[in-house]
Amino acid sequence: MIVRVLILAIAAWAGFFVMSIELLSGRILAPNFGNSIYVWGGVITVFMLALAVGYLLGGQLSLRHPSLRRLGLLLIASAVATVPVVAFGTPMLDWIFDRVEDPRYGSLLGASLLFFVPTAVAGTISPYAVRLLVTRLHASGRAAGALYFVSTFGSAAGTLITSFHLVLLYEIDQILLGLMTTSVIIGLLATPFGRADVES
Amino acid sequence: MSRKNAFAASLVIALLGCGGAPVGASVLHTERSLYRDIVVYEEDGLRCMRFGKQVSGRQSCQSLREPQRLVLEYTRMMAGALYMNPAPARVLVIGLGGGSLPSMLQRLYPGIAIDIVEIDPAVVRVARRFFGFTPGPRTRVHTQDGRVFVKRMARQGVKYDLVLLDAFDHEYIPEHLLTQEFLQELRGVLTPGGVLAANTFSGSRLYDHESVTYYSVFGDFYGLRSGNRVILTRVGGLPALDEIERNAAELDARLKAFGVDSEVLLPLFRIERSWPEGTRVLTDQYSPSNLLNGR
Repeated sequence: MIVRVLILAIAAWAGFFVMSIELLSGRILAPNFGNSIYVWGGVITVFMLALAVGYLLGGQLSLRHPSLRRLGLLLIASAVATVPVVAFGTPMLDWIFDRVEDPRYGSLLGASLLFFVPTAVAGTISPYAVRLLVTRLHASGRAAGALYFVSTFGSAAGTLITSFHLVLLYEIDQILLGLMTTSVIIGLLATPFGRADVES
Repeated sequence: MSRKNAFAASLVIALLGCGGAPVGASVLHTERSLYRDIVVYEEDGLRCMRFGKQVSGRQSCQSLREPQRLVLEYTRMMAGALYMNPAPARVLVIGLGGGSLPSMLQRLYPGIAIDIVEIDPAVVRVARRFFGFTPGPRTRVHTQDGRVFVKRMARQGVKYDLVLLDAFDHEYIPEHLLTQEFLQELRGVLTPGGVLAANTFSGSRLYDHESVTYYSVFGDFYGLRSGNRVILTRVGGLPALDEIERNAAELDARLKAFGVDSEVLLPLFRIERSWPEGTRVLTDQYSPSNLLNGR
């Protein structure tokens, strides 16, 4: 029971994490590339592509020795991959601004360099979690449904809470650090659960 | 009524309905652009441009009888920037609207160089077609984001004697145009003695945040309040009121044709320095302007 709850919690938080960062990414890019409609177009494109790649990778990863511990590590890895956004996001975007004249491609490049990897890593979590949840073939659809539900619900919560409340209270970097810390804590909760808990 | 006419009539009704035009107004043009709904309508001898459905969202108005007159009060307050720098040679305008301010500057100073930045190509088209906006020989219209343009000009070392920042409307603030970093970039494209005039808000919780943010970059500023608030500030320190009065007296005869009257404007010049202790400065890291404006 606790294993299932933890799997679903990780998937829900990964959804929250991705959408919160997607929302903030628009603000992070705006000082250099503006708020034109194509900046948002670029951001959404990069996030969708990263998730697509992440889903594929997550499915592949789940083939070998799937465990809740490894799922937790994926969550921690996506948090670690977000460190560059805080550590050198601004100088990197300035660097791009000086080299790419057209803000469409500048924002696309900036969003790719900063957000593709953390989002792709977060994207591995959903398919990987499906593998952990599915115990019997006939109930696999139900397991996938539950997973889609929590992860998309988490995404909705991440979007709303970030845009309505967090930006009013905290600075962007503070929100990012909070998100990363939460990911690490939830990920660590999963570390005691090795592969023994999952049927192969 | 033919079928075609019936269709046209119902279309007009539909447009009137969705435009939410006030009674007695005739809608000349509606357009859904990438960023907003633009409505052009005529009422009481005025032709106005509005974004969105709210009547309060008037962006620009022109008198049909005296097209050069600045109809909206905030535009006359913006023109008060000339009292602080009466002979600008190079001007940056962020946010075109109907183009009433650049049109005035072109008439007032032949040979003036103006860069206009407007994010929405539809606004530029509407200004030309319905508000008689015609760029002068040294006026350039750039269809892009104001922040990106200013940053680019700063990198190229371009300087302006006057910047008119008019990029906010009642419903939506581009938050990256109301941060300390953006104001620093604007300061970087102003000549020594260059003047910034910004059309801002006067009602909400945002007011104090805005004040403290402008103060953090420019120091003291004049806040002209009447409906909107227009912030006027100058690089290298504010001119004293007697200097402003002198410039106003010199300009008065020429500004009369535009409806700008120093007797009305001068009493509005006040240095504002009152905001609650600890009011947060708006920065690229913290800029919830729309949330603050809604309160």
